[in-house]
Amino acid sequence: MKNIKFLLLGIFFAIVLSKSQAISWFRFYEMFRFQSFHMFGIIGSAIVISAIFMQLFKHGKIKDIHGNIITPKKKEKGYVRTIVGGTFFGLGWGISGACAGPIFVILGFKFLPALILLISALIGAFIYGLLSKKLPN
Amino acid sequence: MDFIFEPWPWFVGGPLIALSLVLYFYFGKNFGTSTDFETLCTIAGAGKVADYFKKDWKERDFGLMFAIGLVIGGIIASNFLIPDQTVNLNPKSVQELTEIGFANVANQYFPDEIFSNEAVFSFKGFLILVFSGLMIGFGTRYAGGCTSGHAITGLSSLQFPSLLAVIGFFIGGIIAAWFIIPTIF
Repeated sequence: MKNIKFLLLGIFFAIVLSKSQAISWFRFYEMFRFQSFHMFGIIGSAIVISAIFMQLFKHGKIKDIHGNIITPKKKEKGYVRTIVGGTFFGLGWGISGACAGPIFVILGFKFLPALILLISALIGAFIYGLLSKKLPN
Repeated sequence: MDFIFEPWPWFVGGPLIALSLVLYFYFGKNFGTSTDFETLCTIAGAGKVADYFKKDWKERDFGLMFAIGLVIGGIIASNFLIPDQTVNLNPKSVQELTEIGFANVANQYFPDEIFSNEAVFSFKGFLILVFSGLMIGFGTRYAGGCTSGHAITGLSSLQFPSLLAVIGFFIGGIIAAWFIIPTIF
């Protein structure tokens, strides 16, 4: 079971998100209304600390478990896909209070609504797959 | 032990999220959750209809294990680690939501108006969840990532497309919180 470490990491990540309230609908409403520092503090500090590690990865100070240099995948470029796609994602996130990872975590809290979110998200990803060649970049 | 059961402040949550990302990369894989949506589509047979999903999902099995871990972690957290789900919300947010008809605001993580069985089995509530899910799934794949892949991995590795995507996330989220939620409730 070489992937057991990812299972354990998933459990850990879910507990971190749950305990810091980063799966709460109310916390995201508050964030998008700019009425609290909490979520900005969580996301901001996660980015700053990750950025330090990204530098260590880049210069090979930390290598992965197999001894390879760690390089994050390059994101696809394009103004339309990032801004329009991002806006769609933000609409779903803002209304349901769930982004991709938390949907799986919320299954453990509110099974039925989270299941509907997950199935709909899979259908959404499927529709993207059908249209991917026709959509502007 | 008290610390385990109390809500964790941002300066604990943020660094532990960064630690999760670091471990994910240390284990040799690229951090990001929404790619797992595609993998699940592939497993469900989407490759028969669209070439986009013709991939070998076994190369992404680590992501599935991570997603299963997320569900297990959610079950553990909800049953054993959060005796009190009260959210210490800004009173202004509480007042706004109360004014548009939300009951028991911030007494639990998820509002009954969207997540209770009554809501789920109502036409409106069902539509809200389906619409949100479609937007999340379609949007994240079109944009090429979600909060973990773009906002945290992408921004921390200084990738310009991620900045654009995060601007998009906020355009959508602001439209939702300022216009859609006050309108539909």
